[in-house]
Amino acid sequence: MIAIVDYGMGNLRSVENALHRLGAEYCLTRNPQEILRADRVLLPGVGHAAQAVANLRESGLAELIPNLRRPVLGICVGLQLLCRHSEEGDCEGLGVFDTFVKRFPDSPEAKVPHMGWNSIGNLDGKLFRGMKGGSFVYYVHSFYPALCPDTIATTRHGDSLFSAALKYENFYATQFHPEKSGEVGEQILQNFLTL
Amino acid sequence: MLTKRIIPCLDVKEGRTVKGIHFENLTDVGDPVTLGQHYAREGADELVYLDISATQQGRNTFTQLVERIADGIHIPFTVGGGISSLADASRLLDAGADKVSINSAAVARPELIGEIAQRYGSQFVVVAIDAKQRPDGEWFITTHGGTRFTERELFAWAHEAQERGAGEILLTSMNHDGTRLGYPIPLFARLTAELRIPVIASGGAGCAAHLVEVLTAGGADAALAASIFHYGETTIAAVKRALAAQGVSVRI
Repeated sequence: MIAIVDYGMGNLRSVENALHRLGAEYCLTRNPQEILRADRVLLPGVGHAAQAVANLRESGLAELIPNLRRPVLGICVGLQLLCRHSEEGDCEGLGVFDTFVKRFPDSPEAKVPHMGWNSIGNLDGKLFRGMKGGSFVYYVHSFYPALCPDTIATTRHGDSLFSAALKYENFYATQFHPEKSGEVGEQILQNFLTL
Repeated sequence: MLTKRIIPCLDVKEGRTVKGIHFENLTDVGDPVTLGQHYAREGADELVYLDISATQQGRNTFTQLVERIADGIHIPFTVGGGISSLADASRLLDAGADKVSINSAAVARPELIGEIAQRYGSQFVVVAIDAKQRPDGEWFITTHGGTRFTERELFAWAHEAQERGAGEILLTSMNHDGTRLGYPIPLFARLTAELRIPVIASGGAGCAAHLVEVLTAGGADAALAASIFHYGETTIAAVKRALAAQGVSVRI
């Protein structure tokens, strides 16, 4: 069973649909017992990072999630709140990943939000099994995780080279949306399910 | 590097896909989910579904259709048509839409842009603009399929939409829509230079070269087209090959 953590951050439907297409069993939950029992935990998120962290703290999950021992996948804001700090709302994250979330500089060549398909490179590890560098994934964000030792994929937007994906022990996260990234995204989700 | 996007637009009436020249003479071209999946396989970067139902029943059917689309399509899609309130936007978000496109309701009440953007983020709000060139050369916003001019000048309105929280502008030239003679390139070059947010070019594509032109010389971030894809005049793959040949970054 895969637990999709429902902590009031945006639409979870596309993540549900993606798991449904892969034939996976999942539940939407904010119940700590259910999350602890799950084989895999998905932490999606669309919206404001500071709000996301606040929601997690309110629900009591901020202490539980960093201590999970099963594979966890954060997506977008779900990635950002696992970092040390975000410039969005100047908020402290859960500190699983040893990096900081910054805002893209405004530039005519690299518009913000960074929205659309971009390529991932420097792929490292099982999350990208069977994939080539240069594969395209779908992004929608204005804040990005800086490069760090936990970086397992990179993407460039204008002058900013940032972490497309992160891994620390059993924690994985993508800044892009695998659930909206066509066949490439399905492969990544499938890889996560079979880690 | 961020790629230029190719976006087929599917007009939906009472749950079925249609496309008409100048929004008239509608012809049924199939099931929206099946057609969307076909385009996704062909390499569409996003899809736009536009509800042109005239009835409440048609609107209800559309919401159910959005749920089916969300389940069946693994790329982002925008829905538009008849969205006039935050509640409409919420309903479509809950049904699984990635973005909503608002048009005449935003012209009538510009606060709507900010209301949706504040609730769901700018990335969720596309402001669609139907503009038409007046005899004096100025571009103004029109409503009712380009038949009525408003008092709003195009560039002022596009800037206002951006400041109110629009994540993207979808601009259609009503002078060019349905003509298949190409997009107004200088218009798009100016708008894309002036705005911080992405611009989607719409209206007038007759061949692959027109899409290439608006994405290069026109500076648009994405190109939307309907008939040329629906009637098989060209394919998304052919457009992308033509773009790649020009050195433009595309997802192939």
